[in-house]
Amino acid sequence: MGTAKKNPSQSTSHAGNTTASGRVGNATRLTGSEMIWATLEGEGVDVVFGYPGGAILPAYDALRKFPIRHVLVRHEQGAAHMADGYARASGRVGVCVATSGPGATNLVTGIATAMLDSVPIVCITGQVSSKVLGTDAFQEVDITGITLPVTKHNYVVTRAEDVARTIREAFLVAKSGRPGPVLVDITKDAQQATAEFDFAAAAPKPHRPHPMLKTESASILAAAELIRNAKKPVILAGHGVLQSRAGAELRTLAERMRIPVASTLLGLGGFPASHPLSLGMMGMHGEAWVNHAIQQSDLLIACGMRFDDRVTGTLATYAPDAKKIHIEVDPAEINKNVKVDVALIGDLKEALEALLPHLAPRDTKGESAWVKEIEASKGECAVRDIRNLPDSGHLYAAHVMHDLWKATEGKAIVVTDVGQHQMWEAQYYKHDEPRTLITSGGLGTMGFALPAAIGAKIACPDKEVWVVAGDGGFQMTAAELATAAQEELDLNIAIVNNGYLGMVRQWQEFFYEKNYQSTPLLSPDFVKLAEAHGIRGKAVKTRAEVLPAVAEAQKHKGPFVINFLVEREDSVYPMIPAGSALHEMIRRPNNPLVETAHDK
Amino acid sequence: MLHTFVALVEDKPGVLTRVASLFRRLNINIVSLTVGHSERVGVSRMTIVCDASPTAGHRIAASLYKLENVLEVDDVGQLSHVARELALIKVAATPKTRSMVFELVEVFRARIVDLAPESMMIEITGVESKIEGLIQVLNENGDRILEISRTGRMVMRRGQHTSRVLEAMRVPGIELPEDKIVDDGAAPSDVLMAEETGL
Ligand SMILES: Cc1ncc(C[n+]2csc(CCOP(=O)(O)OP(=O)(O)O)c2C)c(N)n1
Ligand SMILES: [Mg+2]
Repeated sequence: MGTAKKNPSQSTSHAGNTTASGRVGNATRLTGSEMIWATLEGEGVDVVFGYPGGAILPAYDALRKFPIRHVLVRHEQGAAHMADGYARASGRVGVCVATSGPGATNLVTGIATAMLDSVPIVCITGQVSSKVLGTDAFQEVDITGITLPVTKHNYVVTRAEDVARTIREAFLVAKSGRPGPVLVDITKDAQQATAEFDFAAAAPKPHRPHPMLKTESASILAAAELIRNAKKPVILAGHGVLQSRAGAELRTLAERMRIPVASTLLGLGGFPASHPLSLGMMGMHGEAWVNHAIQQSDLLIACGMRFDDRVTGTLATYAPDAKKIHIEVDPAEINKNVKVDVALIGDLKEALEALLPHLAPRDTKGESAWVKEIEASKGECAVRDIRNLPDSGHLYAAHVMHDLWKATEGKAIVVTDVGQHQMWEAQYYKHDEPRTLITSGGLGTMGFALPAAIGAKIACPDKEVWVVAGDGGFQMTAAELATAAQEELDLNIAIVNNGYLGMVRQWQEFFYEKNYQSTPLLSPDFVKLAEAHGIRGKAVKTRAEVLPAVAEAQKHKGPFVINFLVEREDSVYPMIPAGSALHEMIRRPNNPLVETAHDK
Repeated sequence: MLHTFVALVEDKPGVLTRVASLFRRLNINIVSLTVGHSERVGVSRMTIVCDASPTAGHRIAASLYKLENVLEVDDVGQLSHVARELALIKVAATPKTRSMVFELVEVFRARIVDLAPESMMIEITGVESKIEGLIQVLNENGDRILEISRTGRMVMRRGQHTSRVLEAMRVPGIELPEDKIVDDGAAPSDVLMAEETGL
């Protein structure tokens, strides 16, 4: 790390930039602690999620001088998830703060969650004084070593003069190229020392694009040629559609060439679910017609997705007759899982902008035979859909999701946890807008929903935000209920309570002879738990109660918990067993009604 | 298959860990890794030899570039380059058996850099196969090898090419035939090295 340049001339030239704290525009002497906040302020941060402790105390002491809101979490994992939820909802960089040692290690799951889903967050941790680094001092832990494989990059700062430059660089790294988490570990003595602070002079060098990006015209033309000639094309829309804000271009491509669009879990919302060309979610719990369409296609146009094993099934039999075009910002993803015919390596939006002029609209006298063929295959699936069966008095999670979608007109931000409820939400809540589904896809982190939703609500206070969590995952970070109460957030929380670690129970049912080892789950009375936090709550046992309860939660100002007591041994269909081909799925049973514990 | 990469990296604490950790995460074994200063101030040069599937080169290079401290990566592959390794080999030898070792050293264009009553130290520079050849012959002769220290492979492309130019040139048809690539590995500056050793 070089020394931040002292440049007195900057102080006058940037005087116009002066912000609320009056520190960003001027070269002034500040403590390292003050610089942390001044730099964050300069980067446009107005809220951080954190938890104090000895090694970060100097920074906390300086916070009162800055116009930055601090949300006190109940566990640092929550802080990282909140920063993550904030980033996913807003498209901005989320920030979390923790002390050294246990504070820092508690962040790790949250950091890894952001890493696997390419979410830009900056984590600031306190560290023991540089004089005792490496001595196993009290609460010393090598957090940069620990987080090395789960951050895009990380830094140790031991001098006040490096604080501003490093934090500014961290923001740049977090959001450039394929985004991801960056951790900045700042020793206590660096926080306490003073140095010259000049925000403008601390600007990092422009980020160098990955040297292996490649969107040359030959590849664009080759891609256009494949698209023009395809008879059975499918677009695979991933998280990159949201991150590159390429929704409009994607839609133009789909509509102009009449190409159906399948989404990954993280891609949902990137293409409107209500659009006639939308197929819905692909992969392990995708509807049969989606996966069949992919298997039968002659061209896959993968946009900002990475052919994860949850969407391909076994690779040997994946879309055997399809040529593949891969448009992806990370060169390391090309040919990693699936060998592709044409790769456009670069920003998705830019690549699509370059591609579209080469594509004349497909002649559309009526829908293409391909789209009709897919449409026809939907009908058979719909018969088995639980929504089309008469109300038996049982409450199914699918009903809850469907009704929630209706009641919120599909416009809420839904933050899901991990498990069956996550898949039911993805199947039955139709997302038309990007960034309205926030979920942990890559890492599949239980406990994500509540804290991430707190972050999302703070990022988008005017949006209706719903947590959808299982009874298991909710308990992993339930302590953040207190955070929601303390921050007086108007947050709606739906617990899909099936009395099991449901997704694991489902695997045990299908693949382990119903040996329900360690999956039945005793939970507290969630309504009483909410009440203990001063939060309103309601239990729902029947379909008829769903809409009124949702309406009550919507009307109520402040957090509201609904405990949906759903069918205990329901399963998510269809399902492709891990390691099977994409078309070898376990279909919905003809009669999904199962005997339940409630009946006995 | 063995892949050889040259990486120019920032000379900062922890950079070696980041590079090594990447290979560990990819579950790829590093066969050898040499690091030292490059012609640029503040920039170190690594030569990394690893054993990975023939198609892994692209992903390894792309992943290396994702490390913030990595400035340039060159997948040396089959293009014309010079590869060298240095080895120090200590063999047990008494005044009676020394002459045999001297002969071998002569044949391999190696040199003796230390002589003790019961051992000799050989310095040899060249491609791996040459070094392995000497080791094999020493073993076959029954000379007891006491210690071996090898640097691992260092490579440099022939001619005046930055890796950028070579990147652009990396098209089928310009690759040199295999036999031109492998070099006998004769040490070019015998005199200098002899002076250094004082022998
Ligand atoms: C932190 C963590 N531990 C374990 C798992 C493995 N796992 C995946 S889904 C699941 C069950 C989730 O149960 P619950 O939260 O009740 O949701 P449900 O599946 O019942 O809807 C478990 C244990 C995980 N994804 N994350
Ligand atoms: Mg459950």
